[in-house]
Amino acid sequence: MAKLTIADLKKIKEEYHANQQLREGGFTAKITVHMGTCGIAAGARGIMDAILDELNKSGRKDVAITTSGCAGLCSKEPMLTIERTGEAPVKYIALTPDKARKIFTEHVMGGNAVKEYALVVGHETTY
Amino acid sequence: MEDLSLHILDIAENAIRAEATRIEIILTKDDGHDLLTLEIRDNGKGMDSETLARIRDPFFTTKQKKTGLGIPLLAQTAEQTGGRVEIESAPGKGTVVTATFGWCHVDRPQLGDVASTVVTLIAGHGADVDILYEEQTGSGLHRIDTADLKRELESVPITDPAVLDAVRETLKTEFTLMNEVPSNVMR
Repeated sequence: MAKLTIADLKKIKEEYHANQQLREGGFTAKITVHMGTCGIAAGARGIMDAILDELNKSGRKDVAITTSGCAGLCSKEPMLTIERTGEAPVKYIALTPDKARKIFTEHVMGGNAVKEYALVVGHETTY
Repeated sequence: MEDLSLHILDIAENAIRAEATRIEIILTKDDGHDLLTLEIRDNGKGMDSETLARIRDPFFTTKQKKTGLGIPLLAQTAEQTGGRVEIESAPGKGTVVTATFGWCHVDRPQLGDVASTVVTLIAGHGADVDILYEEQTGSGLHRIDTADLKRELESVPITDPAVLDAVRETLKTEFTLMNEVPSNVMR
């Protein structure tokens, strides 16, 4: 694509509405990529790129993506937290893009936490 | 930070933590003065004069931790290229961070993957925060503003993967600073 035009946006809009009947009502999972200074310096943006790529390939529209600040565990960055509806959040540490892809496939899509990359089960707290 | 696009992401994330609903990222290349200026404006809650006075101290932070490295790292990067960082802010008035860099200076990091930075900001917070990214160079002005995109997209979320892909592709192909190499650098 040479330039983002109104025609491009209209096409996206038409395709979105064409697929809308397949969508579920709300989000069933939330992925939080820790994007404090420590996380960014450790590679958090690459984790976000990998997650967005996997989300795009999955075609899922019920997964929310967001970022948060420093969680106070700077030496464990890059980190992300997965929350699935009705389940406890899981915080993952020392990630690489490949590890993030595996977490997306096995935990977000499959419902099985990837224990070898997980730090703790617990709520998100950032500073 | 490996490159300037990571500094941009870091400062913009600060703006999001400061409850901004609009963030403007403006890069200006001034060939006559051999300068690259980065300006990041937000309409967040701003800072009082006491906070502003201590913002360059790496052991000062407003959060429940011990360090605040974002601005000190940006200032170090700017100053090592002969540039500087200036910050204007007031409670309720938002914040403007302006960093200048010597464009051809050997210690200036590359701009880096600014497309990933902008897409990360939109993916994480685009629903609630409008992002403007603008480049002003000798070859003209390029800008992308999610407020404009949202008007055209109507009920389609700005965070939809198809929109994010289109934004990323546009930034990679239409915006030139990412790929520019100073004239004194051997290719």
